[in-house]
Amino acid sequence: MYKYILSTILLLSSFAGFAQDNTVEMADGFYKEGKIYVVITILAIVLIGVAIYLFTIERKLKKLEDSIKDKK
Amino acid sequence: MLKHWWKILALLMVLYTIIAGFLLPVPRLVILNETIRSLYFHVPIWFAMLFLMGVSVFNSIMYLGNSKIKSDIVAVQSANVGMIFSILGILTGMLWARYTWGTWWTTDTKLNGVAITFLIYTAYFILRNSIEDDQKKARISAIYNVFAFVMMIVFVMILPRMNSSLHPGNGGNPAFGKFDLDNTMRLVFYPACLAWILMGVWITQLRVRTDVLTKKLLYDENV
Repeated sequence: MYKYILSTILLLSSFAGFAQDNTVEMADGFYKEGKIYVVITILAIVLIGVAIYLFTIERKLKKLEDSIKDKK
Repeated sequence: MLKHWWKILALLMVLYTIIAGFLLPVPRLVILNETIRSLYFHVPIWFAMLFLMGVSVFNSIMYLGNSKIKSDIVAVQSANVGMIFSILGILTGMLWARYTWGTWWTTDTKLNGVAITFLIYTAYFILRNSIEDDQKKARISAIYNVFAFVMMIVFVMILPRMNSSLHPGNGGNPAFGKFDLDNTMRLVFYPACLAWILMGVWITQLRVRTDVLTKKLLYDENV
């Protein structure tokens, strides 16, 4: 186990050596094109947040509906 | 979970419209520029509103026939969510108008039409809340709802087509023509319409279930 962790750390640290090199491919597209990808990500986050909220309400309602069914 | 498949479908489709709506190419038009992408969000929200008002009037007519309190609940709650969608539609439209027509609001047939429609439906809720007796409330508001729906069709769909209007889709300025929508845009626009209709139905369903529970808990009524 230990040697795997060690080799992972060494592998990752080797990337640092490339960091200054402009020829290496990075996620540059994310910053290009007027940063439109950031807006898309933000909207996706908002939507996912609303979705989680809606499902939370859904679960609460289900619980209430079940408890009423049991009472009768 | 299988019961909820259409809710997940709705979410995935909205997510798709957000991603595809921003990334797919759109026609390059003067004045409109990139704001043409607002079509993917502004118009489907109005379609969802029209659909919900349709559900509302359908259930109102059902109530007049069957006198089931459930029909009344569905009618009022779908109109309720429809109102939320109207507000979102008006606000998004105002912002869009500000940057393309140069003003937040103008005395355009379409714009005044939706404003009047909004007031008509506000009156529907005021009417409901001013009647104490539940049966009477449901019956009178169901009849009013039929009038409200017809007036909405007149003000939003018919009158703007008979007059000249800045808004696309009216008086000699047909929407969905080749100048407004090209085929790539349809790839996003149609799923967006279905997505927002489903979202509207989902939120309505949550509200209906809350109402049914309240009736059962507080008044011990069988709904």
